[in-house]
Amino acid sequence: MKPLLLLSAAGLAFAFSAAPVMAENKSVAITQIVEHPALDAARKGVQDALAADGFTVGDTLDWTYESAQGNGATAAQIANKFVGEEPDVIVAIATPSAQAVVAKTSDIPIVFSAVTDPIAAKLVPQAEKPGGNVTGVSDLTPVGLHLSMIDDAVGGVEKIGVIYNPGEANSQVLVDLAKSEAAQLGYEIVEAGAPRSADVKAAAESLVGKVDAIYVPTDNTVVSAFESVVRVGEQAKLPVFAGDTDSVSRGAIAALGFDYYQVGYKTGEVVARILKGENPGDIDVQYASLGMMSLVVNKEAAEKMGVELPEEFLAKAQ
Amino acid sequence: MDGSFPLGAAVTAALITSGVDPWISMLAAMIAGAAAGAVTAFLNVRLGILHLLASILTMIALYSINLRVMGAPNVALFSEATALTPLEALPLPAFQSKPLAFLVAIAVIAIGLNWFLRTETGLAMRAIGANPRMARAQGARVGLLIGMGMALSNALVALGGSLFAQSQGFADVTLGVGTIVVGLAAVIVGEAILPPKRIWIALLACIIGSIIYRFAIQLALSADWLGLEAQDLNLATAILIVLAMSAPSVRAKLGARRRGPAR
Repeated sequence: MKPLLLLSAAGLAFAFSAAPVMAENKSVAITQIVEHPALDAARKGVQDALAADGFTVGDTLDWTYESAQGNGATAAQIANKFVGEEPDVIVAIATPSAQAVVAKTSDIPIVFSAVTDPIAAKLVPQAEKPGGNVTGVSDLTPVGLHLSMIDDAVGGVEKIGVIYNPGEANSQVLVDLAKSEAAQLGYEIVEAGAPRSADVKAAAESLVGKVDAIYVPTDNTVVSAFESVVRVGEQAKLPVFAGDTDSVSRGAIAALGFDYYQVGYKTGEVVARILKGENPGDIDVQYASLGMMSLVVNKEAAEKMGVELPEEFLAKAQ
Repeated sequence: MDGSFPLGAAVTAALITSGVDPWISMLAAMIAGAAAGAVTAFLNVRLGILHLLASILTMIALYSINLRVMGAPNVALFSEATALTPLEALPLPAFQSKPLAFLVAIAVIAIGLNWFLRTETGLAMRAIGANPRMARAQGARVGLLIGMGMALSNALVALGGSLFAQSQGFADVTLGVGTIVVGLAAVIVGEAILPPKRIWIALLACIIGSIIYRFAIQLALSADWLGLEAQDLNLATAILIVLAMSAPSVRAKLGARRRGPAR
């Protein structure tokens, strides 16, 4: 009798000690297409945002992380594994990983991160109240923010020249976006095409006297010959801005780049909302905001192009 | 292969999104794959470029071609009807119906290959693979048969890519990364476990080998309790395959030792 009693007491104690922890712990599974500094930073951001909301990995949160190490078929296999494990939320970093998960489940909440165009990738039908089980954070280039940044730096900007290669589909999208954003913000876009790197200098020169500043989007052809744009800018005292922060050290006055840690942090906040009971279909897909960007400034380049940067602009730079 | 797999996916995705029937898209994907294989064979046979370099050249060229075919690095297929859509009418969940459908597809292809490789043409093709000089001496048309073999194999790889795109709902230009490695590993693992004495056993060995390879990845993914982390995935997969392949020989050696030296 005694051993039996002891056993059942132990069983009771076990049940009481174990049950509450099991019930409280939420689980998040995170899949990433490849190890990459920006994507790793996003993952860290997700983790930190969750911790800030009381979901600490290893303590109050069960966290599974898998990387497909660059292989699409493995990403699909990871998606299968996660769907089988039924975590409370699946976080998918980058487009292929997100698509692999979305193809597998319409029940488990999915939060994507660092996906450029979630609508074209068919992850969600629309950005506002996407419905279904999927929402997330996009890293589509915020061209409108870039244009306002140029105005903040130079002041009194009306016409902005854009140099790009019309053969790059990606650039065409950015330029179309720039035109519609500019129309809303009250600027005029002047296009200059450069089909080859060798044409970039001529394209930049064609803008002299016609515009108040030059903006170079993330166009591979033009960025590879970025120095020629800078030289024209210095000679004609025409300020040059870039769409990527790497070009700042090559002579652009400033650029707004994604801070992928912050992109991940925003993603983590969305995950926390879902863990607390919100429906993913009711949460809008988030696009870049100033909070997700970091401003990089090159004061020397500004001097060479005859621009005096306002104090408040410099204060925003990192 | 690293090029033909995403090529099949790209052609299928591009055609299905522009409203072409999924079955015709699959056929088109296979034709595109066959063309890619024929180009590799042409580079090798007619232009005398070393076979490895010829396939590398085709592979890197296909990266650009795949981008052109899709018009973007990534095309999604979630809302389009695919060849797999009719499966949803079956009273089975997707995780059962899709593997069943693929099992049927694989069986049909394996039976077809088994038949083809035993015809005169198929036999000549196998002879070239085993010993090109001997085959030439026997009067086999080496160049033509290499072309046919390359076209056939790449058409099948493209079909694989096409089915991947339809079952996973997207095609991505990076899809092919490592396909050749997986393919080679599957063949070698399969042949180690099932020594191919007849052609149908060799085909079966390939199928079993590729399933074992996927199992190894799955085990590696689930090996968190060993203290393995996400970045260890490829290493863990490699070690598991080493274990799987060395198990029979280790067992044989242990058995031999227990029985004592034969001499």
